[in-house]
Amino acid sequence: MYSRAYKTAVTIPPLLWVTVFLLVPYAILFCYSFWSVSAAQTIVHNWNLQNYLQLARNPIYMQVLFRSMRIAASVTVLALLLGYPLAYYLSFHAAKRKDLLYQLVIIPLWASYLVRGYAWKTILGSDGVLNGFLQYLHITHRPVEFFLYSPFAVIITLTHIYTPFTLLPIYAALEHIPRNLVEASHDLGASPWSTFRRVILPLSLPGVLAGATFAFVLTLGDFLAPLLVGGPSGLMISNVVVSLFGAAYNWPLGAAISFCMMLLVVTLLLITERLEKRLAVS
Amino acid sequence: MTEAAAQAAASASAVAVATPILSIRQIIKRFGQRPVLRGITLDVASGEFLTILGESGSGKTTLLRLIAGFEDLDRGEIWMGAERLDRIPAHRRQVNTVFQSYAIFPHLSVFENVAYGLRAKVTPKSEIPERVTKALAMVKMGEFAQAAPAKLSGGQQQRVALARALVNRPRVLLLDEPLSALDANLRRQMQVELKSLQREVGITFIFVTHDQEEAMALSDRVALLRAGLLEQVAPPREIYGEPATAYAAQFIGQTNLLHAEVRDGIASAGSITWRTSGVAGTATYSLRPECIRLVTESAGMPSADATTTRFRGRIRNQSFGGAMDLIEIDCGANHTLRARIASPGILSGEREFEFTANDAVRVREGEAG
Repeated sequence: MYSRAYKTAVTIPPLLWVTVFLLVPYAILFCYSFWSVSAAQTIVHNWNLQNYLQLARNPIYMQVLFRSMRIAASVTVLALLLGYPLAYYLSFHAAKRKDLLYQLVIIPLWASYLVRGYAWKTILGSDGVLNGFLQYLHITHRPVEFFLYSPFAVIITLTHIYTPFTLLPIYAALEHIPRNLVEASHDLGASPWSTFRRVILPLSLPGVLAGATFAFVLTLGDFLAPLLVGGPSGLMISNVVVSLFGAAYNWPLGAAISFCMMLLVVTLLLITERLEKRLAVS
Repeated sequence: MTEAAAQAAASASAVAVATPILSIRQIIKRFGQRPVLRGITLDVASGEFLTILGESGSGKTTLLRLIAGFEDLDRGEIWMGAERLDRIPAHRRQVNTVFQSYAIFPHLSVFENVAYGLRAKVTPKSEIPERVTKALAMVKMGEFAQAAPAKLSGGQQQRVALARALVNRPRVLLLDEPLSALDANLRRQMQVELKSLQREVGITFIFVTHDQEEAMALSDRVALLRAGLLEQVAPPREIYGEPATAYAAQFIGQTNLLHAEVRDGIASAGSITWRTSGVAGTATYSLRPECIRLVTESAGMPSADATTTRFRGRIRNQSFGGAMDLIEIDCGANHTLRARIASPGILSGEREFEFTANDAVRVREGEAG
């Protein structure tokens, strides 16, 4: 048994951390969302629901939110399409190359997010690598403009950045499948494809769900990729929040959007956690 | 003993099978540089209960996995009737496996586990419920059809695994140490059930175990595997009564090994001599402990004749074993024999013992490795 003093000593620091850097800021944010900005550009503590009503009434915010969700959904689907086969190959067929390939998946995570963002800028730009290549092959005759500064660029960049986050939980789930279940399936007459469909895929679903949640939630809250490669048409909800807290100087409205986003994400996490528990079999 | 000699001995027993359902021909399997099976030839008769018996590392599980199709062999052939089994993938072979760790699908109900093979082979939908129900009833798991596997005990999961395999009516059922995870009582009970189940369904069972008692109790024939080679293939009584090698004699039951010098039809090991028909030279004999009798002066015991041999020895140790006591007899010159004698009372000092000369079985000193 641990002593009371020991228990207190280990619990207090993280509790303090969470309170000071998480709970208190959220509480302040929550308060801000009910205040407003005066004509003199000062924040007035007059409690009201104006910010939330404005969000509901002004279609601009909903448009950006829906675009953000569309982009997040696209990134999620792409990350799953790329991540699942690779995770499956790593887990079931890579054999001796497993460690090397696994490291190759991990290494990009060590590179700064900004570096990867800028890399895509140089690839997708009008005198970028991709356009140069297409013109060299005479597939196009002048630079294709829509590669960069578009939702397309945001999706490509974020898919690249978040695919490892999607792959890792899927890989972990696949690694946890006892191999004798696969043998048992073959033994009972199921072909490799049928075995995948009836044993491997169902047993890896908790990992798929976790990976999808990572990709969706991380993309939804992203603001750097749209800033670097998104252009005006690729702006996402976080960019709106950033500008409201910055140049636009409307902290209360920014706080209201932040709070709505937080509710959305927390609800999403609760749902997926439930689903994961239901899918997971002991 | 050379590999060729071992092979010849093994095939001699294998030839006895008239119409084999499964023919294993000269199988060689290596894992990297390590040879696991070094030339196995074995015929399995239709409807028989064959046990592959061996220590861990003898290659018994590998042999089973080759038949199931989970491993590829390096050399040799496996035939099922006129079909070359080793050339077709596991899912097209008409064999089913009961795994040591059961391998029950955790995401499917007991019913769906058993139905798995039927659905894989496109069985008419109307047939499935009836066949699954029957299979579950056969292993006394009918009431658990809708249960989740996680809720079942080890023994119950084992029954589901059996039903899941048998429902497909395989031509050969492979069982990889299926009882090793069960506790002793349940294990004995399952042995009896397994044997009667096999008689009932008439399917050929190939059963892998390291437990020689289990092998003796269940099998029609035992194939004793040692370091990738077949040591002896024979019915349990034969392998016990006439072990081919010193290893077989020691692995299956307890025995005394007598290293004897044979000359003019007489074998002598230390102070003990007996008649033998074997050829002259040095030879090893196996003498089972229960073949040694205590000579009692009072009881009207027939005196020694040509077929029995007597020897004297000091009682070194006696352990009470209920019906039979285990006695260690010191015959001098570092020679200790073990005897199993029915309620002899407490013995001490030097006593006289006897055995029938024919009970000392000449065995080969097989060298493994």
